[in-house]
Amino acid sequence: MPTILEVNNLVTRFYTLDGVVHAVNGVSFHLEEGETLAIVGESGSGKSVTMMSILGLIPSPPGKIESGEAYLYDGYERRDLLKMSDAELREIRGGQIGFVFQDPISSLNPVLTIGEQIAESLVRHLGLSREEARDRTIELLDLVGIPDPKARYRNYPHQFSGGMRQRVMIAIAIACGPKIVIADEPTTALDVTIQAQIVELFLRLQKELGMAIIWITHDLAVVSGLADRVLVMYGGRVAEVAPVDDLYEQPRHPYTVGLLGALPRLDSRESRRLVSIQGAPPDLLIPLKHCPFAWRCEYAFDRCWEEIPTLQPAGLNRKVACFYDLERGKPRHD
Amino acid sequence: MTDPNNVLVRVENLKKYFPITGGLFGRVVGAIKAVDGITFEIKKGETLGLVGESGCGKSTTGRAILQLHRPTAGKVFFEGVDLTSLSREELRRMRPKMQMIFQDPYASLNPRHSVGKIVGEPLVIHNLMSGNALKERVAELLLLVGLNPAYMRRYPHEFSGGQRQRIGIARALSLNPSFIVCDEPISALDVSIQAQVVNLLQDLQEQLGLTYLFIAHDLSMVKHISHRIAVMYLGKIMELADRNDLFDDPLHPYTQSLISAVPTPVPKLERVRQRFILTGDPPSPANPPAGCVFHTRCPLAVEECRTLVPEYREIRPGHYVACHLADEAGSSKIITEVIPLSV
Ligand SMILES: Nc1ncnc2c1ncn2[C@@H]1O[C@H](COP(=O)(O)OP(=O)(O)OP(=O)(O)O)[C@@H](O)[C@H]1O
Ligand SMILES: Nc1ncnc2c1ncn2[C@@H]1O[C@H](COP(=O)(O)OP(=O)(O)OP(=O)(O)O)[C@@H](O)[C@H]1O
Ligand code: SF4
Ligand SMILES: [Mg+2]
Ligand SMILES: [Mg+2]
Repeated sequence: MPTILEVNNLVTRFYTLDGVVHAVNGVSFHLEEGETLAIVGESGSGKSVTMMSILGLIPSPPGKIESGEAYLYDGYERRDLLKMSDAELREIRGGQIGFVFQDPISSLNPVLTIGEQIAESLVRHLGLSREEARDRTIELLDLVGIPDPKARYRNYPHQFSGGMRQRVMIAIAIACGPKIVIADEPTTALDVTIQAQIVELFLRLQKELGMAIIWITHDLAVVSGLADRVLVMYGGRVAEVAPVDDLYEQPRHPYTVGLLGALPRLDSRESRRLVSIQGAPPDLLIPLKHCPFAWRCEYAFDRCWEEIPTLQPAGLNRKVACFYDLERGKPRHD
Repeated sequence: MTDPNNVLVRVENLKKYFPITGGLFGRVVGAIKAVDGITFEIKKGETLGLVGESGCGKSTTGRAILQLHRPTAGKVFFEGVDLTSLSREELRRMRPKMQMIFQDPYASLNPRHSVGKIVGEPLVIHNLMSGNALKERVAELLLLVGLNPAYMRRYPHEFSGGQRQRIGIARALSLNPSFIVCDEPISALDVSIQAQVVNLLQDLQEQLGLTYLFIAHDLSMVKHISHRIAVMYLGKIMELADRNDLFDDPLHPYTQSLISAVPTPVPKLERVRQRFILTGDPPSPANPPAGCVFHTRCPLAVEECRTLVPEYREIRPGHYVACHLADEAGSSKIITEVIPLSV
């Protein structure tokens, strides 16, 4: 599939009173048309800041995009999102790129009805008339599984449950037929039954509308049935990226191995002891000169303390940033 | 059936209603039936898992057992003593044996107190220790939960989430409790840190013979840590069984759908797995449905379910369920293979 988004060497920092937060330290990845890319990582690993940087939503100050490119492809043309004006970005957000955030209550306007909020986007991006926008909104509410959409059009956000609000956010995200939907922890605040409803909804919409999805999460289980490829972040860097089956069956980065070992398994009768990764993630106030995972890593050797591993090809369609070759059980040489 | 000497906690028809006030004069106009008549036992040295969706009454159950909420009705026996009949002073004397660990390791520790003060505080409140003895005990407790005793002089903000949760656990252990209610102790933690805390809880149980009520909404983790599991819905227990019985043969349609909704970190399995996804949201506990409280979302509901409350009964030894459709032979399944088999 052709590439629709290509991010190269993104560096984003925050200049705070405590010091410089090195939130994103050279992140590169690409997204293909119609695919689902999961971005997995623990709290503070830079998942949201990466996406906010691409969408032009980093508050500045304190935030600053120091370098990088984020090309949005349209056929043979490509435009760098990081070089666009605010007006151009507003056009892209909610237009070609839809997005859904973790906390629907703070992303919805409490004094506007649900219907008005969706219709507004349609008027602005697609230039529909009020009437057309209203009809289309009711179709959209129906599409995302809101029962009785005509009546619900006039409701306010507080009259909706958490799961229904998330459906509304999804309706807004897909309203203008985006090529990409970025969903930042869209189910984290929800119960498992509601989470399953939302996952099912995304899968159905993707089948019907064909958009590419970037699904950000800290939960390796929720994306295993959803993603085509998975990208693992650690300390503001990409640790590993691979097709979904390969990543879960043969993780190539020690951190991914640890994450998978830390998960209890529903599909096994006996309870093995969980593997715990000792220690805590790096302090982003301190710029690192070595592998960010080194002090938690059981494979670390001299080189890991001397330089920062960069993403290198490691098998078909996969890359890993680690000096140790887990597959062969010895240091990698390149 | 169960050896009465082996039972640490016995809950009988426990209810906790919260008043709903309204109108100009703040009169009571209704009740939230947060916990509505539940009965179960917790055996010495076991972990009983309590799962269910947000708002189903898990925390209220834990708090009502410890008498942090005085129950509206029902009894709670601890080592054979009915806690609901005790005066405040009598209860105070029982307190050390029953402790609680909270969900939020950030909010539950006083930021202005040193770690030493936080961990030793219960000992001071109960006038059990002071001076050097207190210091030694705090150092011992910190070691027990895997923290450096030198951390005693530091403050909570200097620690990571997992370390703060360890501080909370050290504090809960200070009075040598036999029973601990763990209310979502790992929900706020990152995956790699969750494993540290869960392993610690299991090690402590083995070393100290602790009994846990482990509250969580993560079914995989509850399965991992519990010996038996109770499934709650809208203030009632729908099913309770040994952990493998519950997963091998879930009798209640709610349990079945809950299990089928839990994702696994196995892509091949996820792609072929059968799911039954419940529609809609749980009803309000202020106005629970008549009959079986689950009937509004149950795909198998029959006429009886809408009018008659199903009896919570022991259908096989140790396997309890409240569903009209279950009998000794088993129950109807909403999908044929509820439990994912490893592929
Ligand atoms: N406005 C801001 N000012 C200062 N630091 C910030 C700001 N926004 C984010 N950061 C910091 O950037 C780092 C990366 O944060 P980010 O939100 O991307 O993490 P995340 O991977 O999305 O984590 P989570 O799973 O908790 O959402 C964190 O250390 C965070 O504290
Ligand atoms: N102090 C209180 N006053 C009034 N209502 C309460 C109070 N505490 C809990 N409730 C209500 O009782 C019901 C059960 O709440 P509870 O906190 O026990 O649920 P829970 O299962 O622990 O949920 P969660 O998974 O979100 O923690 C909810 O409807 C809640 O709003
Ligand atoms: S580069 Fe070294 S320290 Fe980093 S993850 Fe690989 S082996 Fe471990
Ligand atoms: Mg985030
Ligand atoms: Mg609770």
